Amino acid sequence: MTNSWTDIKNTDLVIIMGGNAAEAHPCGFKWVTEAKHNRGAKLIVVDPRFNRSASVADYYAPIRPGSDIAFLMGVIRWCIENDKVQWDYVRNFTNMSYLVREDFGWQDGMFTGYDEETRNYDQESWEYQIGEDGYVLTDETLQNPRCVWNLLKAHVDVYTPEFVEKVCGTPKERFLKICEMIGECSTPDKTMTSMYALGWTQHSKGAQNIRGMAMLQLLLGNIGVPGGGMNALRGHSNIQGLTDVGLMSNLIPGYLAMPKDSEPDFETYMSTRANAPLRPNQMSYWQNYRKFMVSFMKSMWGDNATAQNGWGYDWLPKLDVAEYDGMRMFDMMSKGEVNVYFCQGFNPILSFPNRGKLTEAFSRLKLLVVMDPLETETAAFWENHGAYNDVDSASIQTEVLELPTTCFAEDEGATVNSGRWLQWHWKGATQPGTAKTDNEIMANIYQRVRKLYEEEGGKVPEPVLNVAWDYADPLHPTAEELAKELNGKALADLTDPADPETVLRPAGQQISGFGELRDDGTTAGACWIYAGCWTEDGNMMGRRDNSDPSGMGVHQNWSFAWPANRRILYNRASCDLDGRPWDPERVLIEWNGERWVGPDVPDIAVTANPREVGPFIMNPEGTSRFFSRRLMRDGPFPTHMEPFESPVANPLNPSMRGNPVARIFERDLADLGTSDEFPLVATSYRLTEHFHYWTKHNVTNAVTQPEFFVEISEELAAEKGIQKGGRVRVWSNRGQVWAKAVVTRRIRPMVCDGKTIHVVGIPIHWGFKGAARKGFGPNTLGPVVGDANISTPEFKAFLVNIEPAEGGAIA
Amino acid sequence: MKDLAPEPTTAQANPPVQPMESNLLPSDVVRVSATSNVPQPERQLTKVAKLIDVSKCIGCKACQAACVEWNDTHPALEENVGVYDNPHDLTPEMFTLMRFTEYENPQTGDFEWLIRKDGCMHCEDPGCLKACPAPGAIVQYSNGIVDFISDNCIGCGYCVQGCPFDIPRIHKTAHVSKKCTLCSDRVAVGQGPACAKACPTECISFGTKEDMIAKAEGRIEDLKSRGYDNAGLYDPQGVGGTHVMYVLHHADQPSLYAGLPDDPQISPLVQGWKGPAKTAGMAVAGLAAAGAVLHGLLARPNEVSEHEEQEAEVLVDQGGRDNDGGQA
Amino acid sequence: MNIDLSRRGFLRLAGAGAAATTLGAMGFGAAEAAVQAHVRDFKLATTTETRNICTYCSVACGIILYSKGDIAAGETAELIHVEGDADHPTNRGTLCPKGAALKSFVKSETRLTHPRYRAPGSDRWQEVSWDEAFDKIARALKDDRDANLIERNEQGVPVNRLTTTGFLAASATTNETAWATWKVVRSMGIVGFDNQARV
Repeated sequence: MTNSWTDIKNTDLVIIMGGNAAEAHPCGFKWVTEAKHNRGAKLIVVDPRFNRSASVADYYAPIRPGSDIAFLMGVIRWCIENDKVQWDYVRNFTNMSYLVREDFGWQDGMFTGYDEETRNYDQESWEYQIGEDGYVLTDETLQNPRCVWNLLKAHVDVYTPEFVEKVCGTPKERFLKICEMIGECSTPDKTMTSMYALGWTQHSKGAQNIRGMAMLQLLLGNIGVPGGGMNALRGHSNIQGLTDVGLMSNLIPGYLAMPKDSEPDFETYMSTRANAPLRPNQMSYWQNYRKFMVSFMKSMWGDNATAQNGWGYDWLPKLDVAEYDGMRMFDMMSKGEVNVYFCQGFNPILSFPNRGKLTEAFSRLKLLVVMDPLETETAAFWENHGAYNDVDSASIQTEVLELPTTCFAEDEGATVNSGRWLQWHWKGATQPGTAKTDNEIMANIYQRVRKLYEEEGGKVPEPVLNVAWDYADPLHPTAEELAKELNGKALADLTDPADPETVLRPAGQQISGFGELRDDGTTAGACWIYAGCWTEDGNMMGRRDNSDPSGMGVHQNWSFAWPANRRILYNRASCDLDGRPWDPERVLIEWNGERWVGPDVPDIAVTANPREVGPFIMNPEGTSRFFSRRLMRDGPFPTHMEPFESPVANPLNPSMRGNPVARIFERDLADLGTSDEFPLVATSYRLTEHFHYWTKHNVTNAVTQPEFFVEISEELAAEKGIQKGGRVRVWSNRGQVWAKAVVTRRIRPMVCDGKTIHVVGIPIHWGFKGAARKGFGPNTLGPVVGDANISTPEFKAFLVNIEPAEGGAIA
Repeated sequence: MKDLAPEPTTAQANPPVQPMESNLLPSDVVRVSATSNVPQPERQLTKVAKLIDVSKCIGCKACQAACVEWNDTHPALEENVGVYDNPHDLTPEMFTLMRFTEYENPQTGDFEWLIRKDGCMHCEDPGCLKACPAPGAIVQYSNGIVDFISDNCIGCGYCVQGCPFDIPRIHKTAHVSKKCTLCSDRVAVGQGPACAKACPTECISFGTKEDMIAKAEGRIEDLKSRGYDNAGLYDPQGVGGTHVMYVLHHADQPSLYAGLPDDPQISPLVQGWKGPAKTAGMAVAGLAAAGAVLHGLLARPNEVSEHEEQEAEVLVDQGGRDNDGGQA
Repeated sequence: MNIDLSRRGFLRLAGAGAAATTLGAMGFGAAEAAVQAHVRDFKLATTTETRNICTYCSVACGIILYSKGDIAAGETAELIHVEGDADHPTNRGTLCPKGAALKSFVKSETRLTHPRYRAPGSDRWQEVSWDEAFDKIARALKDDRDANLIERNEQGVPVNRLTTTGFLAASATTNETAWATWKVVRSMGIVGFDNQARV
């Protein structure tokens, strides 16, 4: 989230699209009801189903799964056409006036540079025109046909209300009503907030869905302002933290990049990360990359990292492909290319697509290690449970170790919420049996491997032996020790560069912010964005002062928010060019002539003159982007793309299947189905009664939603002869499931391009372990294809068929 | 020295863990089933109420989960029968239940998903208490809470007949009637009910009845501004008002909400049994005995059949006549 | 003898034995016949409170664990109830259905208590010690690394890449566990490293 949960109370309009906040985040959704009650805010829900969020919405519109970009580009077109643009914001804080290279263009739903062979774009032309001074050329009058404004207008021109109705199945009058409601938020004193989740990410063009809304929010002047923003509602209690700390194949903590095969040494690695400003006076904060990276390396390798050895650069693994994400690993596993696999609190057998392929893949492992507080389907993938897990145990040669871990109640540490608050929790119960904390388990594994290398030697032992591991008990690093490392500390006396006699921070002290980090090896800091979380004043994440003097939902002294305890990102943009808040009633920060003051920590240097320095300090332009340059693999503007499995052709280019640059493995391409055999659109989702595959272990929650079901319209039920509460079989080109049928008027057939489209809703919560009835999930059916940028599986739009099924599930 | 519990409200403060003097004492009881001459309490507790704003309810079932966890009940795992309502009905182990109704609004042409939390309404004039033949099995406190004292319950099921909202359920093995207590144990130490504490959208709130009515008025105004011209408060006077009230977007049609009675009344049969001034000790004892016999004591099912109902009526009538004006 | 229960049983017996016999005649007044009205004992009295954060979604509601026994005082503690923290600015004491039932999650019957091992081709688990489990893991990891680590690419650049071992990290562990995990996984050269952000 750019903003925070409590900030939602400041909004005038909430749009829930690509998510279902009432259902998946009920206590956060409270702030929507607060805004409605106290500010008279309105709520719009756009979703294939009339869901629980829709049940309390002021306005609802249906949309065909996988057509969100068309809808969003349609709203942008309508806003431009009707001059619903926050002009002062757009002119000053975005790249609307920047000129784009002459050779950039698009045609037939594709951008310049596409290579069908490699399924990739050559992005050379997706760039600004750069002047001789190294700065971007601009046209403040917006007359130049190559300025972003004119390119955007031309790009969205095709997305008329009629086009939206044809592609999305959203009735035109409903679409237009929503445009009008959104358009009202283009004034400086009205804001809209966007709340989304996996309803937008789990598509082959998921990142572009989000780009679409971000662009709309920029057009309305709603980024950085109270009650506005792009609010990704993270799904798990610490998936934000695990991403911040870089537990992904391509990340180093703090959103630094893992080095690539093509970057042989530290200086080569740094050479593409200078991030020089693209406009005069801009902060371009990533210019500090080297400080963050060197400090990270000092935390990772300790004294072993020196300037001479490139801070231990050789010891980091180097990537030869963009990502070794889950789906790639399972594909490799299915070919016998993986021997050992660890699942730490993760149940992939139920959560990644094409369960049949997963079971096959896991069966080819030599050793599977599962660490979990609960029995999981993954740990027991070799157990036969009839139709619910139809495997031949005897033929599966994989060894499995299942390690019991503590759960939240039995350990301590910090988790990061959607609004980037790092909140500490304390242990309040004794663990069952001999369960151990994950810290203890990881430390034991590490120490034993280390010992083997010490005793036996082996291949390249340096990275194993050179890790900094100076914890009081090497077999049990404490949460406090690890948290302090994440924060960072001075390794030598840090002196004032202007006055070397003055020691700003004595050696050994915790730093108070990332501004203290240095690139000469005198500071360590494992995750620069967390600097400030555990300072010399103690554990900032444990702070519990819930006061909010401004009444803006800032809660500045409650826990710690990254970065720098800032509660709303880009908050400099909540003020006009002179630093006056757009809305005097909703003040986060303001310029007092000398410095920025206010309840939130300014997202700009505290003395930066508002007329000189732009608000988007992480971008070298200092502005935000309608045209995203080479940031995304599938284009600098979002363009409508159909799901890989779709009942209709893409009207922009009928021969294009899915996202032309999304990665799809050979076998998975062959596993795709087509609409002649699978005419129904399936979409997966959570129910409010359950959390993933966890709460089915809990009797109280199991009782409130005991059994796997699918949801269909009355029309489809009638067509197929399916009874409410009857059994059905649902199948795709990859597998089949049996379920109860919930027949409802909350799902309606849609008409797209003259064709009737039926939606089958498939919730995710059942398996063959736990207290609830045994069942299935959508991952038996979903395709293995991921988003072009971040490889999120396309669970929200794929094709199935359905029929009544007498009796139970059949093995 | 124990602290005296404060006035109960929703989540103003975390529950106390220090021992605390109860605010809800036997001496605060104003009515007792099958019992006359309840001593006049020395104090009148402030009338309380739970307000359920149906227009803010997202049907998440946090109230159900919180109820189960707080009251340590054990509802059975059922099946999916094609709807979201689970369990499918109130049970002796599930005191509250979200009921889902799909509704096409003929005025607007819009579809609405109406979700109502069902459970005991804590009537000011409780039909269950009036119908109950077991002395002390149902009591009403001066703050309005109607509570079942299981130790005195004979499981006859008359309360079910007496309830205009069809709320109490008879436990098949324990042979007692169960329903929402309004978390009398929490209220006694100044806490609101578990469901109200949990409710994510704060659509359930708890406090003095006066405050809840005032809160409802604000919500009704907001709903009217959003086009719900018939928004209103459900506090049915046929049962003397209730200590669980609803804000409804369509207060002109309560029955839209999974059959919420439009104008609930205590069954004339129950009224006939025992008007407030008519109860006498002998009749009570007679009823208790009759109830126990009909109920079959441990061996027979607990439902009251139509035949048994008639028998009971006869007994009640006789008892009433025999003891008219009498005193035990 | 439990007076409450015996009285209730007595009432029932009275009814069953002689419908015509009034309790009054047996020496009980009506008011006296009934067990006195009472509310349940407040079950959180004398429990220990611990501040925690809900383990499910990213709203990260504040919760309070109520336990018998005090961890901070070095005792063992049994969780008996979980409730929303009224002081928390986001949830203000409220919880969703999952959060409201956290106690039952912690105490669910399918919690794991001891390490278990499944042998190739077997259809059952067997309990093993932590030592056996750790040794087996360390051996397998080292053997795989020694056999399959890609030390250098074709240009001779050190790449220290291990693709034959992979690691899926959790979604609800702490930042601190995440950092310890990062260190261990990357020091081995593992690149197949992912978390639950996508699913």
